[in-house]
Amino acid sequence: MSQAPVSVEFERFRQTFFEECSEMLADMEERLSRLQSDGLDLEELNAVFRAVHSIKAGAGAFNYSRLVQFTHTFEYLLDRLRDGRMILDGDIGNLIIQSADILSEMVAAAREERDLAPDFEIQIHATLKNALGEGESQTEVKTQTATMTADQTAQIGWLVDFKPKPQMFRHANEPLLLIRELKSLGECQITTSLHSLPSLEALKPEDAYLSFYIKLRADVPESRVYEVFEFVDGDADITIEPWVLATGPLMVDEDEQGFGFFDQDPLSQISESEAAAERFGVNETIITKSPNSPTRQSQSNAQNTNGGQAGSVQSIRVELNRVDRLVNTVGELVIAQAMLRQEIAVLTETVLTQGQGLHANESLDSLEALTRELQDCVMAIRMQPVKSVFSRMPRLVREVAGKLNKHVRLVMIGEHTELDKTVIEELADPLTHMIRNSVDHGLESTEKRIELGKNPEGEIKLTAAHVGSNILIHIEDDGAGINRERVYNKAIEKGIIAAGAKLTDDEICELIFAPGFSTAAAVTDVSGRGVGMDVVRRNIMKIGGRIHISSVEGKGSRFTLVIPLTLAVLDGMLLAVGKERYILPLTSIIESFVPTGDQLRPLVGGGTLVAVRGDYYRLVRLNTIFGVSHSQSDPTKALIVLVETASGGRIGLLVDELIGQQQVVIKSLKENYIPVPGLSGATILGDGRVALILDIEQLGKLSDQHLKGLDPVEIPELSVPQIHAA
Amino acid sequence: MAKTILAVDDSKTMRDMVNFTLKSSGFDVVEAEDGVAALSAVQGKRIDCVITDINMPNMDGISLVKALRAKPEFRSTPILILTTEGGEEKKAQGRAAGATGWIVKPFAPDKLIQVVNKVCP
Repeated sequence: MSQAPVSVEFERFRQTFFEECSEMLADMEERLSRLQSDGLDLEELNAVFRAVHSIKAGAGAFNYSRLVQFTHTFEYLLDRLRDGRMILDGDIGNLIIQSADILSEMVAAAREERDLAPDFEIQIHATLKNALGEGESQTEVKTQTATMTADQTAQIGWLVDFKPKPQMFRHANEPLLLIRELKSLGECQITTSLHSLPSLEALKPEDAYLSFYIKLRADVPESRVYEVFEFVDGDADITIEPWVLATGPLMVDEDEQGFGFFDQDPLSQISESEAAAERFGVNETIITKSPNSPTRQSQSNAQNTNGGQAGSVQSIRVELNRVDRLVNTVGELVIAQAMLRQEIAVLTETVLTQGQGLHANESLDSLEALTRELQDCVMAIRMQPVKSVFSRMPRLVREVAGKLNKHVRLVMIGEHTELDKTVIEELADPLTHMIRNSVDHGLESTEKRIELGKNPEGEIKLTAAHVGSNILIHIEDDGAGINRERVYNKAIEKGIIAAGAKLTDDEICELIFAPGFSTAAAVTDVSGRGVGMDVVRRNIMKIGGRIHISSVEGKGSRFTLVIPLTLAVLDGMLLAVGKERYILPLTSIIESFVPTGDQLRPLVGGGTLVAVRGDYYRLVRLNTIFGVSHSQSDPTKALIVLVETASGGRIGLLVDELIGQQQVVIKSLKENYIPVPGLSGATILGDGRVALILDIEQLGKLSDQHLKGLDPVEIPELSVPQIHAA
Repeated sequence: MAKTILAVDDSKTMRDMVNFTLKSSGFDVVEAEDGVAALSAVQGKRIDCVITDINMPNMDGISLVKALRAKPEFRSTPILILTTEGGEEKKAQGRAAGATGWIVKPFAPDKLIQVVNKVCP
């Protein structure tokens, strides 16, 4: 086996196990979220069963005995639902959902190596057992001794899990022949599972029902074992695993080795003739199926080499920091390329002949096309559907609603919207907090809702959608909305605003994001733990996003998160204002024009409106906001760029000149310098100069402040290390 | 009683080769040059295994497999298709039609015997 130290290997397996667990649990969560509305069909039930089963198997290997015990019972319940011996009704449905929640928590605890309260799962475990019927003797699962003790193991053969699918005989393939062939390779110990065998009336003579677990003691390569089953790959689920025996002091019982579930089955070691009998549907042995028979379900056709997996997405796991390095390198490549273009432009004008210049530029064009494609590919690697975060929400809503005795329906739209992985991770906390908040503070109690004539069941809508280079996430509830008066008074009480301050409705709403603000009359154990909306806002801002709230009293509230799609690259337009260079996100630009004098309308109290085809937009002067000297301040001699903000508003930016379109790598001002209002970042241009990336959203506000007589934004002298090709 | 194998191929060379190899191993061989000929050749005969090429005039191997599987007496008769290296698509088609397995052309005589023995002991 591996040369790496056992503990390292072990840790790696463990990590993989938990990664798989998270995926399986998320998938399970999603399926179960549909359970209440649509029920579960057999396929979904099978999927949930497989997930629980796999978790149990892994838990056994890593010695998480509590997890094994719990999953064992859970799996057993699912198994009985699967084969129809139990009916999935509302109670059982709830039990499954609760069990899944408990399971998630237990897995999380195991992953973080923290101890759960000794009675954490006791109650639900007992309920599960009750549901299964007390009379049955539940076989206690012996935890399998970890089989990862690499140094003390030796392979003595192969463990073959061979599960013919019903249609196998239709291709004239015969399990008996295959098992015989396997026997020709070495000594076989065969355990037959009768689990799928229906009653005689239901038995279809031409279907295969038996499955086999074969311990083959033979020194042959895996390919030879696989060859035996070559023709039935696709007609059977086959897994071939090394049969490893501990040889050191950690010797474990052979039967416990790597496989522990059939042992609890009332399985008979049946003879070849009985296996043959199955083929003809004449099974003379009377077999009573014990209900106590969890099936071992192979999760994958490990040996599926025959293209049987058409349509399934193959994936590999890559460490995130490798991807990050790739993203960074591509970013630098883009910069280097911009520099090259600059150099060539200079050369074209000076030393190169026209032909040479043309060639150089052509080559550069194709290089650029390739770089762009490379960049898209790299970005796509990091993109993930927001589903991974959204899918945690149904459970959260259930939990919180349960505690508060509220009836809440969660509607999720756009979960397939893709977003950069790092952004998604940063979203989890704020979203959790906001959803919790909506259930707790947003929605009224059921009684109150009935009293108000509302639907007793509150609704929370979570949506995600792409808008330009951002994604918008809305969290909407149909609850009480924000009581502005209460918020206003509270803010004065807390000293957040001065008494008598004049605020617009929107401004009052925004107060809930102020540090130290909490309107809940009583701090509940659900959301009010001192972590307020200010933390949410900070978290959102940390990933370059923004948060807004709109609310109608009595009707509900809507939070809008504007999150940049990616944190790394931007398609921008390079602008000149005086000697300064700015970048505007290309997607925000509507049009640009030189205004005529009658398009400009001065406003009372300062400021200018610009009229475009009957609509009026605010004119934002970049030169005054950023205090740029030597720039054109007469709009009719300069240029107005009309841009759209993420929330849909439009403003006109006054600039000297549009220089050109450019793809830029975003460098965080916060990380490399200090955050500056009105700017979302900076980038390095081809000539090594720094250009600042405009934050349109904030520009509108800054312009207002400026009109109120505030000083221009100060940008201390920048000293950015110059990047030059060596 | 010797087992009877039906060998279907439009190439005479191939039929001869299959015929020779199988006969020398004690099988009886019935030959047919395409699917249509194969269907008439099996009338009233007991066939223990079918080996068929895929690309043939009149009726190709895939259709032959389907036609044979539709006959009650061929429901559990092993049918092997002859494919070329990497003919994954054909294999899949053959499987969907009901074939038991495949043999990759060109094949060594002992490989042929081995596979036939595997499905038809």
